[in-house]
Amino acid sequence: MNAVNDTTPLLQVKNLTVGFRAGKELLTAVDGADLTIYRGQTVAIVGESGSGKSTLAHAVIGLLPGNGHVSGGEILFDGNDIAHARKDAIMALRGSSIGLVPQDPMSNLNPLWRVGTQIKEALVANGVAKGAAADQRVVELLEEAGLPDAERRARQYPHEFSGGMRQRALIAMGLAARPQLLIADEPTSALDVTVQKQILDHLDQLTDTLGVAVMLITHDLGLAAERADHLVVMYRGRVVESGPALDILQDPQHPYTKRLVSSAPSLASQRLSSQRARAEVREQAVQTAAEIAAEVSHSESQLGEGRDDIVVVENLTKIFKLRGAKPWQSVDFAAVDDVSFRLRRGTTTAIVGESGSGKSTVARMVLDLLPPTSGTVMFDGKNLRDLKSKTDRLRLRRQMQPVFQNPYASLDPLYSIYQSIAEPLNTHDVGTKKEREAKVRDLLDKVSLPTTVMSRYPGELSGGQRQRVAIARALALDPEVVICDEAVSALDVLVQAQILELLNDLQAELGLSYLFITHDLAVVRQIADNVLVMQNGKVVESSSVSEVFDNPREAYTQRLLDAIPGGSIPLGA
Amino acid sequence: MSDIRPGQERYVAPIDETPLRAIDAVNVDAVPENQWKEAWKRLRTSVLFWLATGILLVIAAMIFFPSLFTGADPKSADLMNSFSPPSDGHPFGYTQQGADVWARTVHGARASVAVGVLTTIIVAVLGIITGAIAGFYGGIVDTLISRFSDIFFSIPLLLACIVVISVLNNTFPERGFWGSVFVVVAALSLFAWPQITRQMRGAVLEIKNLEFVDAATAIGASKMKNLRRHIVPNALAPVIVASTISLGVFIVAESSLSFLGLGLPANVVSWGNDISAAQSQVRSGQNLQVMFVPAAALAITVLGFILLGEAVREALDPKARKK
Repeated sequence: MNAVNDTTPLLQVKNLTVGFRAGKELLTAVDGADLTIYRGQTVAIVGESGSGKSTLAHAVIGLLPGNGHVSGGEILFDGNDIAHARKDAIMALRGSSIGLVPQDPMSNLNPLWRVGTQIKEALVANGVAKGAAADQRVVELLEEAGLPDAERRARQYPHEFSGGMRQRALIAMGLAARPQLLIADEPTSALDVTVQKQILDHLDQLTDTLGVAVMLITHDLGLAAERADHLVVMYRGRVVESGPALDILQDPQHPYTKRLVSSAPSLASQRLSSQRARAEVREQAVQTAAEIAAEVSHSESQLGEGRDDIVVVENLTKIFKLRGAKPWQSVDFAAVDDVSFRLRRGTTTAIVGESGSGKSTVARMVLDLLPPTSGTVMFDGKNLRDLKSKTDRLRLRRQMQPVFQNPYASLDPLYSIYQSIAEPLNTHDVGTKKEREAKVRDLLDKVSLPTTVMSRYPGELSGGQRQRVAIARALALDPEVVICDEAVSALDVLVQAQILELLNDLQAELGLSYLFITHDLAVVRQIADNVLVMQNGKVVESSSVSEVFDNPREAYTQRLLDAIPGGSIPLGA
Repeated sequence: MSDIRPGQERYVAPIDETPLRAIDAVNVDAVPENQWKEAWKRLRTSVLFWLATGILLVIAAMIFFPSLFTGADPKSADLMNSFSPPSDGHPFGYTQQGADVWARTVHGARASVAVGVLTTIIVAVLGIITGAIAGFYGGIVDTLISRFSDIFFSIPLLLACIVVISVLNNTFPERGFWGSVFVVVAALSLFAWPQITRQMRGAVLEIKNLEFVDAATAIGASKMKNLRRHIVPNALAPVIVASTISLGVFIVAESSLSFLGLGLPANVVSWGNDISAAQSQVRSGQNLQVMFVPAAALAITVLGFILLGEAVREALDPKARKK
C-alpha cells in the first residue's frame, strides 16, 4: 500500500441514478448509489444478476448502452465530474486513466486480429507508444500479464489461446496505458476455478506494484471478500450495505447481505451446520431408498434387483476420434479413461473436475446417451449393454433421469410447462389424462412452483424456475437415480442455494440417489457424500466428502480446494 | 487496513427502502405466451404486416372474384379496338390485339399467384424433409443429400427451367390452365428446393444438440419422435421466413419465363405473357400502359409477399424475442 496517506478519493460516485428506456417505460437500473475508491485500493461490488452492479461500472467508464443514461447524481474522477462531461473528455479518460477488463474472454477479442495487434491498438489509441516501440511494449505487457513466450504469443490469434490466456491478454490490454483505475467486470466468471485463482492472484500482484485501483464486479461474495479491502453490496439497483470486507462478512447487517453470506456456497461449505444437515438428509434418504429397494427386488415390472449399489461403473472409457494432420488420419482422444465408481442407493456421488476433465461424458454414458468405447455401466445389477429389448430400455429410462446444466436449453421453448412435465408420462403411457394432470400438479408442488405456471412457456420463467421445471420433469416417472449435470452452475448464488436445498429435500423424501456433476467443489459439501475428482479423463482421487475436504491426498485436489474463493476467511457465525 | 477512510465507513441501507423479495418468485399474474402467440402479437402491431396483408387481400379478391374489378372478358379481342384509349368500363384501354388491359391484368393474377404459392409449398415440403433428414442423421446421409443439393444449387434456376420446360412442352403439347401451371411449378420446384434444404439442415444441426433433445431421449422418446415433436417444430421459423420471401421470387421467375415465351402458353392469361406481348410498345415508346399495368400488378404483388416475409421475419427473429 503506497498510498495509505492519500485522503483524496480517486473515484467518488455520489447518489448516482441510471435509467434505461425500454419502449415507453423508464427503468431505473441504479438508484442513488454511493461509492468511494482511493488510489491503489481494491473495491468490490457484489450483487446478483440484475442488481445494477455492471450498469454502475459501465456508467463510470461511460459505456452505457444507447438507451441508458445517467439521470441523477455525479461521478467524480480525480475531482472532475465525468457523468456530465462531454463525450470527448470521457473518451480521453477511457483507456488512459480508466481501464476495463471485460467479462467474457471468449467474445471480447476480435478473432480476425492477432492478439498483439489488438493490444498495440490500445497503446496507439492512448498515445502511449507507436511503431516498433509499441511492438516492444506489447511483448512486455504480455509478459507482465503472465504469458510465457510472449513474443510468439503476440503473433498468435485469439483462437490459439485458452480462456485463461485470453483473459490475461485482456488484462494486458486494460493495463496497457497504465490507468489509475481498472474496472474488472466479472473477470473470471467464465474460467475454471484454478485458472480463476491464478489470474486473480496475478492481477492482485500487478495492481499492487503499479498502484492501480481496482473496481471488482462479482457475484461471488467469498471472492469479493478475499480480494477487496472495501465491499459494496448491491440489491435491486441500490447499495444496501458497504464497508470493510471482513466486517461485512463476519457481521452482516442488512437482511439481503445476511442472506448472501448464509448461502454463498464458497462460504457455506466450511460451515459445520451444512455438514450436519447433509448427514440428516442422507440418513433419511438411505432409509427410504432401502424400502424402495425391497419393493424393486420383488417387482416384475421394474428393472433391477434392489441392490445397495444402484449404479456401478467399471473401467469406463470413451475414446473420440479427432481429425489428424491429414484428411485420412485420425487421432485418438481419451475423453474418459478407465473410470470406476459406485453410487450407493440413497446417497449422492459428486464428480468434480474442470472443463475438459470428462465428467459430463461420464454422465452421458451412465445415462445411455453415448455408447462407451469399453467398460461397463451396471444399473442395479443389470449391464446397460445387455438391455436390448424396447421394454427393458424404457424401464431403464423410467428409473434414471437427467437434469441438465443450461436452464435455457433444457426445456423445449414450444412446449408449455404442463406439456414439458407431462411428456415423460405421455411417452410411457402412464395413467389417464386426469391422473396425469394430477401428477403434474403434484410435481409442481414438490418443486415449489405455483400450478399457475402450467400454461406458461419456458421463455417466461427465470433460469432457476426453469431448472425446477426440469427437476419436476425428471421426477415425473418416479426414478430412483437422478443425474444432475452441472444442474446449478448457471444460476445465481441465492437461487443455486435454493435449488440445492430442494434437491436435498427431495432426496430425503423420495430416497433418490444422485450422481452430481459439477466444476465447483464448493457446492459439493452441501449435497454430496462421496466425491470423485477427475482430471484429463482420469479419476485422480475418490473418497468421502469429509475425507477429500479435510485430508486431500492428491496435489490436484488440494489445488481445487485452495481455489475455492473465500474458503480461508474466518466467518463470524 | 484498520484505518477507514472518509466515504468508506460502514453503511447499512434502511431496510424499508429495499425490502427483500422472495428468492426467484414467480410472477403469477403474467399471461402465458409461446413463440407463435408472441410472434402474432408482434405481427399485429407491425405496419409492414398490415400493409402486406392489405395488398395480398386485394390480390386474393382479384383471383377469386375478378368480376368485382372488371366486367370485360380478358380473352375477347377485337382488332378494331387495337390500342384504343381508355373508355368507360375499360380504364386502361386496349392491347394491340384489342383486349381490355385491365381485365387481362385482373384475370392474370390467378396464374401468377398460383405458380408462386404452389411452388413455395412444394419447395418448402421438399426442403424441410430433406434438410431435416440431412441435419438429423448426419454422416453419409448428410453428405449425399448435401452434395446432391449442391449440384442443383449450382445450376442457374432460370436456365435450368428453360430446358426442362421446353422438354415438357414438347412432351405434353396440349394442356389446360392447371396443366400449364403445373409444368412451370414442377420446373421451378425441381431447382429451387436446395435453398430450403440448406436452411433447414442448419437449423436442425443447431437444435439437435440442445439439451431438451437429450432430455427427451433420456425420457425414452424414439429418434423419429424426437425429430417430429421437438426438432422440426423448433427449426421451422427460419424456413417459414425464407419461404415467404421466395414466394415473390417464384412469381417473378414465372413472369420471366412467360416473357421469354416458355412459361405459361399464350392462351393462359398471365402477367408475364402480357408484358411479353407489350414488348414492341417499349421500342416504339407509345401505348406504354399496355406494359405498365400488368408490370405494376406484378411488382405490387411481389412487394406484398416480400413485405409479408419481412414482417414475419421480424416477428420470429429470436433476437427480438424476450429471453
